[in-house]
Parts: sequence; structure tokens; C-alpha cells
Amino acid sequence: MKVSIEVNGRPVTEEVPDRTLLVHFLRDTAGLTGTNIGCDTTSCGACTVLLDGESVKSCTVLAAQADGHAVTTVEGLAGADGSLHPVQRAFREQHGLQCGFCTPGMIMASVSLLADNPKPTRDEVRAGLEGNLCRCTGYHNIVSAVIDASGQEVDR
Amino acid sequence: MIPASFQYTRASTVDEALAFLASHGDEAKVLAGGHSLLPLMKLRLATPEYLVDIGPLDELRYVRLEGDEVAIGALSRYSALVQDPVLREHAPLLAHVSGEVGDRQVRHRGTIGGSLVHADAAADLPAAVLASDAVLVARGPEGERRIPAAEFFLGPFTTPLEPAELLTEIRLPAQTGQGWGFQKFTRRSLDWAMAGVAVAGGRVGLVNLGGVPLRAMATEEALAAGASIEDAAALAAEGTNPPDEPHATAAYRRHLARVLTRRALQAASRS
Repeated sequence: MKVSIEVNGRPVTEEVPDRTLLVHFLRDTAGLTGTNIGCDTTSCGACTVLLDGESVKSCTVLAAQADGHAVTTVEGLAGADGSLHPVQRAFREQHGLQCGFCTPGMIMASVSLLADNPKPTRDEVRAGLEGNLCRCTGYHNIVSAVIDASGQEVDR
Repeated sequence: MIPASFQYTRASTVDEALAFLASHGDEAKVLAGGHSLLPLMKLRLATPEYLVDIGPLDELRYVRLEGDEVAIGALSRYSALVQDPVLREHAPLLAHVSGEVGDRQVRHRGTIGGSLVHADAAADLPAAVLASDAVLVARGPEGERRIPAAEFFLGPFTTPLEPAELLTEIRLPAQTGQGWGFQKFTRRSLDWAMAGVAVAGGRVGLVNLGGVPLRAMATEEALAAGASIEDAAALAAEGTNPPDEPHATAAYRRHLARVLTRRALQAASRS
């Protein structure tokens, strides 16, 4: 079917098989490979993007379901001049990543979390990111990054 | 993993969805939020020829207090239900459980109706609607019928819905001011529960203690006869047949059922 999705503010329209998953539409059709495929089973959260502003796991959404809607991927966060989004900056400054594979999903989930809860506690961050798995960091610095991005003092 | 090929159709009204199911129901699956169906299709455990997407049907997204009943549109998403002021006041168990399903991303997409028709005994919502004494409203070619939750879960992933029927609404007696409790035990927070317990109004629903969501009848009868919470909870695993798996044996799940029932009943007595 013909699917038209506004990806990071840019309309992307393409004839794709009905069974195309949103994550494949983003990576293969829109050419945006920042969104990773991890577990492919709605568990790990690496493929998290924003669909109409809400975090979703794009391995478990059909491109057809996003037809006519707006998607934001990690590529859509930085400013036009390359300035990092506050959550990206905080992940870098707080060392919220090691291998980086989960990072695009972590960042998109964090952006969604902060939109709903702008000043979360550390416990609320941990609960809010329960749908994202990281195998390197032990999560501690990821939590610090989200606290930092929210404009709160990082209390280790 | 990619689902087997299918033909996608989007319904713009309930009637349009029903008309499609009337002609293609046997080969079709209804796509709501897709968070039960799409994983099955990716594993090729489900290979429908047609998908009819009812996701855009806002007419099935609501929570209303109607007299002494709460009516919930089947397409209501968990993320909406957990915040809904009417649900939080008049059906606090369902509001709370909606916030315990999966993770935030899942709750942004998954729908209460989708979870119920999927009829997975390991899911949280079926046990919660059992404990809530809910009635499920389905529409089909012959009109509307109401199915009590106690008669809805026939077997693993099996409900009495006909291929041409669509679950449209969940109705339950308002639980305003009544005690409730919910407990579940998971390995990772986003996992299905090894065991779970939902309590509302003296009814006890069990998650993952058999092939279908169950009521802990022995516990309920003991409570009604005046037994203490501790004594009633000790009976929670009576008549259950939990899955026996390496990471959670049947005996361990029965133990969890007794402990979690005690905690859920204690929470209900305090709330």
C-alpha cells in the first residue's frame, strides 16, 4: 500500500508491502538508520521512536498504522545547526552510554518520559525506562543523564 | 522478523469493520493496538490473510459512568486508562492494572479490548476484569450481545467471539470507594507475570495460574464465610493448574499465588 509518514518534519511517501514494519520503513525507505533493531520482540526498546509524540516500539507497529501520522526518530532531535537536544547532550555529559546500541531508543524513551513528567525522581526515571534494556551501563548513568536533562541537580 | 503476507484494510467506522468481518471474518484478524497480534504474526504463530485495522476508530475510545456502571470503549489505550479520572475514581483496580501492563511504549499502543480478545492467561487485564465482574459487549451481524467475563475465557487464546463479531465495550459495576488490590511477580518489570492477583469487591482474579484466567473461588468462599485474610489466602492455589516451566515451576507459582493473594487482600482491606 501507499504509506505517507511525516518523518522528522519531512513527508516520506512510498509504496510498500502491507506487512512492512515501521522500523523497516524508517531504516530502509526513509534511510534513517539511527533507529536500531535489537530483540525484534517488543522487549528491548532499541527501536523506540515517537509516534505523534508518544514513545512506541517501531518493531511492533506496521508502517500502515503510522500512515498519515508524524514520527520522530533520534535524527530529528538535534537542531538544524547540529546543536544537540538536551537529552542527547546529557547522555554525552553524564556518560549515559557505552556501546551505544540502546542509546537511540533510550533517548527517545527519555524524551517521551520528560514530556509527561518534566521533573522525575531517579526512581521515576527507572520505572519510566522499564521498556528499554541496556547491557553495558548498569543504568546508573542513564538515570543521571535523564535527571540532568530535566534541569535537576544530579545526585549520585 | 516480518509477518507473513496479508492484505491490510483500514476501517473508518465500526459498521465498516463489521461489514468487512461479515465477508472475510474466517480469514481476517482485527488489528487494534497490535501489541498482542503483531508479535504472534512475526513469529508466524498467526498468519491471517486479511488485517482490518480498527485503530483509528475514536468512537471506541471512552470511559463513562452510566448510572452505577462504568463503560469502557474497547479501543481505550492503557496510557489513557491509567490517567482517566472517571476510571480512577469508579474502577480503581482497572486504572491501576492498566498502568502495570508491559512498559510505557506498550501502554501507548495496547488496548484493553485487544488484550481481552487475545485471552492470554498470562496477561494482567483478563484477571482484572474477572475480579471486576465485568460484562463484555460484542457487536456482530445479529446485533449486540453481552458476555459475562466469567464466560468469556474459554481456553488458551480462545473466546466465544464469532469471526464476524467485534468487542466494542467493557462494562462493570462501579467500585467507587471499594477496596481493591493488585500484585504481580515478574522477572523483568516488562515481562508477563509468573503469577498475579487482582482483587476487587471480595472477588479474586488470578494471572497465569492455568490455561485461562481464573477466580480463586476457595479463597472467595472462605472470605465470605468470615475467614481471616491469612487463612483465605492460603487457599488461593486450590483448583489451579499453573504452567510448569524451568524458570517458574507449578509449585512455585502456587506459592506465589498464596503470597500475592494475601498481599492483595491486605491492600484491599486498607484501601
